[in-house]
Amino acid sequence: MVPLSWYILLGVVLFVIGAAGVLLRRNILVVLMSLELLLNSVNINFIAFGRYYADFRGQIFAIFVIATTAAEVAVALGILVALVRNKATLKVDDVTVMKG
Amino acid sequence: MGQGFFLLFAAVSVIAALTVVLARNPVHSALALMACFLQVSAIFVLLGAPLLAVIQIFVYVGAIMVLFLFVIMMIDVREAVLQRFLPGGNLPALVLLVLLGVEMLVLVLWSDRFSATEPVAVQGGDQVRALSTALFADYLLPFEIASVILLAALVGAIILARKEPG
Repeated sequence: MVPLSWYILLGVVLFVIGAAGVLLRRNILVVLMSLELLLNSVNINFIAFGRYYADFRGQIFAIFVIATTAAEVAVALGILVALVRNKATLKVDDVTVMKG
Repeated sequence: MGQGFFLLFAAVSVIAALTVVLARNPVHSALALMACFLQVSAIFVLLGAPLLAVIQIFVYVGAIMVLFLFVIMMIDVREAVLQRFLPGGNLPALVLLVLLGVEMLVLVLWSDRFSATEPVAVQGGDQVRALSTALFADYLLPFEIASVILLAALVGAIILARKEPG
């Protein structure tokens, strides 16, 4: 049987990779995809803990995380389409109009 | 046998995740992310959560990634492909990432709380039935709130993405 720590380590590795994508890449699309990666690594942790401690709440929380992610992606891509229509850029650094 | 499968899925998912971050073309990133989600759903099957695995494939691979690919097709990504990759002078972010990774790895490897090798025995019965009973009985209010959030996101996305009238 696979030890619990292996799943946690996989979650850690995916989380760090996703955080690298968010912090280092400057393409808005790739940043959004890296956010998906972050949320997915958290889901792995939820389900692994739920499995190893025989608790359904891990899976239930994972379902809610997935639902929230779907909402987030829909709104984020809507904003992205509106943004590209107004200002043809995909770089995060060019979109600082709301910075004071 | 379970360990071998886990190592296979984990290795492929990590490679796919690295491809997501390192690929220059957003289309390649999206396809690699799709592969990564498939591996993660296989890991959910290993974890005894078949319902979550199916939801993962439906929602992530079927809906979210298709949405991403639609948006990539709608906007011009050629300019994005040409831009400089991993801009220099981002040392603070790199240091932060290394610190984050090392800290989490040390915590996980140091602590003895994560050393459980055998899952607690589950008390028989249908897993999915028990899960859905818990979801629709104990967690009914969060479930309804999640559906309202999804509706709000639906309306918001339509409003945001439509052309300005006039």
